[in-house]
Amino acid sequence: MLNQGLTEISRALTRGDYTSAELTAAYLERIEQHNSGLNAYITITGEQALSQANAADALRASGNAGPFTGVPLAHKDIFCTTGIRTSCGSRMLDNFIAPYNATVVEKFNQAGAVMLGKTNMDEFAMGSSNETSWYGPVRNPWNRELVPGGSSGGSAAAVAAHLCPAATATDTGGSIRQPASFCGLTGIKPTYGRVSRWGMIAFASSLDQAGVLTRSAEDAALMMNVMSGFDPKDSTSVELPVPDYLADIDKPLQGLRIGLPSQHFAEGLGKDVELQIRAALAEFEKMGATLKEISLDNSHLSVSAYYVIAPAEASANLSRYDGVRYGYRCNNPVDLEDLYKRSRAEGFGAEVKRRIMVGTYALSAGYYDAYYKKAQQIRRLIKEDFMRAFAEVDVIMGPTSPHTAFALGSKTKDPVKMYLEDIYTIAVNLAGLPGMSIPAGMVDGLPVGLQIVGRDFDETRLLNIAHRFQQATDWHTRTPGV
Amino acid sequence: MAWETVIGLEVHVQLATASKLFSGSSTRFGAEPNTQANIFDLALPGTLPVLNGEALRMAVRFGLAIGAEIGRTSVFDRKNYFYPDLPKGYQTSQLEFPVVGKGSLVIALEDGSTRTIGITRAHMEEDAGKSLHEEFTKETGIDLNRAGTPLLEIVSEPELRTAKEAVAYLKKLHSLILYLGISDGNMAQGSMRCDANVSVRQVGDTEFGTRTEIKNINSFRFVEKAITIEAQRQIEILEDGGRIIQETRLYDSDKNETRSMRSKEVANDYRYFREPDLLPVVIDEAFIEEIRASLPELPDVKALRFQSDYSLSEYDATVLAADRDTADFFEAVAKDCEDAKLSANWVMGDLQAALNKLEISITASTVSSAALAGLIKRIKDNTISSKIAKTVFEAMLNGEGTADEIIAAKGLKQVTDTGAIEKIIDSVLANSQAQVEQYRSGQEKVFGYFVGQVMKESRGKANPAQVNEILKRKLGN
Amino acid sequence: MAISQKDIETVAHLARLHLSENEEQEVLGSINSILAMIDQMQAVDTTNVEPLAHANDAARQRLREDVVTETNQRDNLLKLAPSAENGLFLVPKVIE
Repeated sequence: MLNQGLTEISRALTRGDYTSAELTAAYLERIEQHNSGLNAYITITGEQALSQANAADALRASGNAGPFTGVPLAHKDIFCTTGIRTSCGSRMLDNFIAPYNATVVEKFNQAGAVMLGKTNMDEFAMGSSNETSWYGPVRNPWNRELVPGGSSGGSAAAVAAHLCPAATATDTGGSIRQPASFCGLTGIKPTYGRVSRWGMIAFASSLDQAGVLTRSAEDAALMMNVMSGFDPKDSTSVELPVPDYLADIDKPLQGLRIGLPSQHFAEGLGKDVELQIRAALAEFEKMGATLKEISLDNSHLSVSAYYVIAPAEASANLSRYDGVRYGYRCNNPVDLEDLYKRSRAEGFGAEVKRRIMVGTYALSAGYYDAYYKKAQQIRRLIKEDFMRAFAEVDVIMGPTSPHTAFALGSKTKDPVKMYLEDIYTIAVNLAGLPGMSIPAGMVDGLPVGLQIVGRDFDETRLLNIAHRFQQATDWHTRTPGV
Repeated sequence: MAWETVIGLEVHVQLATASKLFSGSSTRFGAEPNTQANIFDLALPGTLPVLNGEALRMAVRFGLAIGAEIGRTSVFDRKNYFYPDLPKGYQTSQLEFPVVGKGSLVIALEDGSTRTIGITRAHMEEDAGKSLHEEFTKETGIDLNRAGTPLLEIVSEPELRTAKEAVAYLKKLHSLILYLGISDGNMAQGSMRCDANVSVRQVGDTEFGTRTEIKNINSFRFVEKAITIEAQRQIEILEDGGRIIQETRLYDSDKNETRSMRSKEVANDYRYFREPDLLPVVIDEAFIEEIRASLPELPDVKALRFQSDYSLSEYDATVLAADRDTADFFEAVAKDCEDAKLSANWVMGDLQAALNKLEISITASTVSSAALAGLIKRIKDNTISSKIAKTVFEAMLNGEGTADEIIAAKGLKQVTDTGAIEKIIDSVLANSQAQVEQYRSGQEKVFGYFVGQVMKESRGKANPAQVNEILKRKLGN
Repeated sequence: MAISQKDIETVAHLARLHLSENEEQEVLGSINSILAMIDQMQAVDTTNVEPLAHANDAARQRLREDVVTETNQRDNLLKLAPSAENGLFLVPKVIE
């Protein structure tokens, strides 16, 4: 049963193949066996999971079960959970127990889901390899010497290693899609505003968006049905009705117009990865889609613009961690200055401090126009590139990452190299568009991800496209031997 | 050398909403520390702001009242700095696109003239919490009840030229916000706080001098004193050949001096940028018109109407119109007793004096507008004299009843019966032969003595006009 | 644009981060390489381009009703604080 995805689990629970308590116990046992090697979970919530499972079984017995009743999953440790530590991968919040649930968590609780634990992540979601976590790096289940991708590396590793059937995640510049690509998973970052950010710890507010990592598009649709929707507590969440993401998931792809950005197939893309991507695209052609080369003229500036905007917003978002009301405080501060400076110096890791510094600098007097304003202008150009493209095509496809998972420690010394990891994914966040990554091939025994980008709020189509591909191929069913 | 002071005021007004600018916490004053600070106010991770619509409406109300352009699209920004009373490490404010643009305010000066003072802008922002330095020896305590209370920061042009003008501007602003019902304006509780930008220059100069900013002055009186003393300090420095340093200064009311707050100066770089957790606030015509329609008659318009409708002097009209409750009270009295001049005199005179003494507002007055009108009616119909009326008013304040009840109970009704008055006069004259002789020999000032005696005999109740008339007739014989 | 040692100190102060000398050196190097990457933006003429702060720039702020929805949670919340007493959060004495 641990090999089943959410959709199958939901059906199995309905049929009574096993109880939620049995399934949950089995997952907890597997976590117990394998987590230490992978470091996918920061916190395992066994006791609470079993009690949620029992409650779900009771609900089912009384005839009131929904599709998610008793379905286990894991939450990225960026989502606040009442009474359970939410660390955001940081020493700063190592002792932080929120007295509230994030809206995403609340929605899954309401739907009857069982939380197995909180997954590891790059500190404050700042990273592309899950090596910046205070709780240590996560290892890639396909090869433990490799990174799982970041920042949702714990969620990705947990789903890939079957330590949970699905997990929530967040994506500010590629933090769902890149780990999905590295771990052979289906990942979706919805349109900005589609899912509430309330209770989700902020990295860069105008870019952060919650999504999921699953084993199939169908599972992702099931998750999206639960977590999407307007939230009066989040001013940036959008007041649009939520479609049933499963309703059109089988629609044929005949006539689908796929755009291929020339910039995403240019220098820097690994040849073997490109071959896999081209093969996947040929599969779509077989299904009646047409391919068209397009140009995203400013895409080469997306990383530059992003590394101004995201650190600038982060520098302010992380000012609240000051050792006064909650979180880490240094020992024996001599005065207020010392309290602030040492608490923050000791509570934050190097990458977080680096980004706070960059963001603070970019906003400071004399540099605002050259950096922050310029980046916002580039952001508009990038958005306009997409708008032009979507006048001609329905979706945009390309590689999620230029290569497969890389070795632990191989890029930690060079931040710019690490930042360029997200070269194909970052523009999507700047434009606020929905993006997915689905398994689309293997290179040397490692998964390759195909990125699919859609128009605003066109998640239905992305999931449909991914699902049809998964009906025609079996890349998403490949699992690492753990 | 003749010096001129140049003053611009930044006034922070706490908006009288029930809940905070971005959270559902109460804004009530005086609660136990940190009992009105929720997870958002404490900046717990993952919490987000949602704008209080009433705060926006109040800001627009103010904008319309000063004839300002209303920002159809206003935008919130983050102003970044670290301080323990600022939980998020940034204050959510408005920099480039404030909700209220350029407007103006007319102030009345002591010599009876008026001046129009430009208002540069007004924007919404969050208040900070409070730091309590006294409670602990080695620590400062932080109370975040006030954190997030909506403020409207109103920035004037540097068009004020004397400390008195600054006070007149502040008082006018105070009157206006009370009229609009957007704040309780309580300066002692910090609902209205003032920062003053002060510089001096020689009369005739067109350039401004270097200014200093005096922070957080919390009464009208201190505003006047602080500006006066700061201008004097600057003049002395300049006359000694020194230079003014642009800095923030604090007014010490005990010592009546301003002093530098250098600690606030260290690398102030607020790194403003758009608040990404909030979206642009867009206001349409209907929103504005709805608010415009609900605006009360404002003090300037009301004062003009008092002059034309009630034939009041400009002074009386302006004083009465300055406070909305007083104006309403006056109008109720005037309409009831149909004598605006007497109503104005009583409201501004005896009633105001009594309220001041009791330290209560006019809305809490024990003498209602109807009761005061009842008293004035008895003056008008000669039932009592103005002098007796004061006695009756005192009794009314003590809750002894209506004017009529008190007049009856105390037998204060004026004597207007000619026969009765003649009888008293005859008796007084009979007992004052010597004075009668003096009067008749030409010492006419003795007349006052006879009036006094008659009023004394009648216990003040004889109608003074009749007394005069009869006395004159009898002494003329 | 390159950042100087002195800028690093100023920025670290603005951000209230204590950096050891070693860290300052490391940060100086890495920030300069990041700035070099960022500076690619400068090659593009953006003279008449309106800055975009939010991907969905047609979205408008929603207004909340002015209702008190929160109750006193002080005891629970103060438990999260590293130092609190008499209902107050404590910090080292601030001298004004």
